[in-house]
Amino acid sequence: MLTNFVLPNLAPAYPELFLLAMACVILLVDVIGGVACRTLVAALSLVTLLICAVITAGTATGETTMTFANMFVDDAFADLLKMLVYGAVAIVIVYSRRYLRDRGLDKAEYYLLLLFSTLGMMVMISANHFLALYLGLELMSLSIYAMVAMDRESARSTEAAMKYFILGSLASGLLLYGLSMLYGATRTLEISGVLQALAMNQSNEIILGFGLVFVVAGFAFKLGVVPFHMWVPDVYHGATTPMTLFISTAPKIATFAMVLRLMVFGTIPLAPLWQPMLMIMAVLSIIVGNLAAIAQTNIKRMLAYSGISHMGFMLLALSTGVVHGHAAYALAAYSSALYYVVAYVMMSLASFGVLLLMSRAGYDVEMLEDLKGLNQRSPWYAAMMMFVMFSMAGIPFFVGFFAKFSVLLSVIGAEFYIVAVIAVAFSLVGAFYYLRVVKNMYFDAPSDAAPIVATMDARLLLSLNGLAIAGFGLFPGGLMSLCQEALARSLY
Amino acid sequence: MTMDFQTVLFYVFSAVLVLAALRVITARNPVHAVLFLVLAFFNAAGLWMLLHAEFLAIMLVMVYVGAVMVLFLFVVMMLDINIERLRQGFWSYLPLGAVVGLIMVGEMGLILGGSYFGLESLPAAAAPEAGFSNTKALGRLLFTDYVYPFELASVILLVALIAAVVLTLRQRKDNKAMNPRLQVRVKAADRFRIVKMAAEVEAPVVANEAAPAAGQEGSKA
Repeated sequence: MLTNFVLPNLAPAYPELFLLAMACVILLVDVIGGVACRTLVAALSLVTLLICAVITAGTATGETTMTFANMFVDDAFADLLKMLVYGAVAIVIVYSRRYLRDRGLDKAEYYLLLLFSTLGMMVMISANHFLALYLGLELMSLSIYAMVAMDRESARSTEAAMKYFILGSLASGLLLYGLSMLYGATRTLEISGVLQALAMNQSNEIILGFGLVFVVAGFAFKLGVVPFHMWVPDVYHGATTPMTLFISTAPKIATFAMVLRLMVFGTIPLAPLWQPMLMIMAVLSIIVGNLAAIAQTNIKRMLAYSGISHMGFMLLALSTGVVHGHAAYALAAYSSALYYVVAYVMMSLASFGVLLLMSRAGYDVEMLEDLKGLNQRSPWYAAMMMFVMFSMAGIPFFVGFFAKFSVLLSVIGAEFYIVAVIAVAFSLVGAFYYLRVVKNMYFDAPSDAAPIVATMDARLLLSLNGLAIAGFGLFPGGLMSLCQEALARSLY
Repeated sequence: MTMDFQTVLFYVFSAVLVLAALRVITARNPVHAVLFLVLAFFNAAGLWMLLHAEFLAIMLVMVYVGAVMVLFLFVVMMLDINIERLRQGFWSYLPLGAVVGLIMVGEMGLILGGSYFGLESLPAAAAPEAGFSNTKALGRLLFTDYVYPFELASVILLVALIAAVVLTLRQRKDNKAMNPRLQVRVKAADRFRIVKMAAEVEAPVVANEAAPAAGQEGSKA
């Protein structure tokens, strides 16, 4: 009966398989070891991510390989993004460990759900099939909903998890509906097959456009861009800070991969249809995000709105790839979007990292006033936070400046001058609230004199993180050419 | 226009499905809502049966109606749901929600109801050959070409399991259960220790201070 069945080539999926196996092992370690093994579980999670990185780097050939009946693709783009996800998740674990231990939240399930969520992200990054993409997204999101709700004593966390869950399910539904329309029009679920079907130009453009609207709405929800941004401030605010740190970093990389797989790898011939949608959302996000952030007194909400405006910038780069039907600028535009995501993740890690570093048992840094006089308490971490704020504001020469600069270059290259002016103007508006944080840290008297307690690994990593923000700003070439190289190898 | 029997069945199933789904969200009693959902599942199964998807139809009835909905019914009956509070604001939100919903349905109908998804624009499905088994075909695909999403779905179920446990398992504060392993391993030295104390010397009793204290003890006893 199964004469024509060939066992799929498992080699490209080794990192995923290893991660899944290790997650199951860690589950058993927790069941057998119990409370005594908490440190072991965290260490095992870190080691797992490290070995995954080694496997991914070791098998990275730069060639595009497909497996599992063309549902799984392993290309340079996937390898690069997976490495970034491992790094982000590992940093999240190191930053959040002490915070969770102080509050009795460092259950083994936290690390397990982190790993399963990472697996979902890897599946999304490597998806060449609508089904795999959707299942990866659900695996990632489901783990995150559970992690947000894990602090059961806090009514705010539960409310945030509920909002996130309901809106996230709605977004998944929209995405799935849109994908079904694309399937109806092209009669294939394979992303590379969709591209071929579109190249034949026989599909109905109205159905395709109809499907695209829902697909764009679905991932806009997940990215948290205006007008689908309502959940972002509430969830960032309600979730415990380690969850906020996680939600604002690695999933953004995975969602970016999903957008690129769907829009660029799958439906680039339809760019004239989806580019205006992305541009409208991008401009609205930059305006609303920056204006609303000014009014915030809670630093987590402020960073949430700033995240909305950053995601807007990223979409702006994606919406300028195809100009007048030519994809001449496509590579520059998409790699600047990728660079922007990497820069944002780096800054977001450092900003929430500082908040976690300053928190201690029974005390959470949440309000802008809590940062007052940080310079007198710890000049080094005040400098790190200053780097982040300068970088987010786009002040030269930090990584955020170069990210904004390359996005604006591609916008101007596509001749959207008014959009570029709006983006620059609202970045200047945004500088106000970033600099207010710096003013709080350097020119106000501290309201709290307790010494900062933190583990050595978190301190070291946070310092490296802050220095990286400055370092990549001074020497942006390496990372930029890495992004370009990965995309060039995967796209052409 | 004459309709063959299958088309009549299709419209009957669809009409009952839509009405049942509407009743799910409008029914006052949550138990009724669950029962209407069961009705909706039955009709959906009927529609799938018309599409020759027998296995899926049977699974829908077995898994959703047989297992999930019965469990759901139990949960709904156990929970003390204040339906009036849940429905608060339903009628005030209804006009706006209905208008937005109807506009969306109308717009989507313009696209989907037009010629794009008509029977003419889609190739007719090939008639299955004799002895064709839907179940066998599904099984073969599921474990060959679609093994990757199939396994992913199982991982999602595992995550749901872990999440359900971590969100609901709680150690009760007044829990008096003992750990037998610890009980067996306990040694006498863990439970009591002999403390050497100096012999107590009775303090001389001062009459007017001791009297009320003695009286108190007497009243307690």
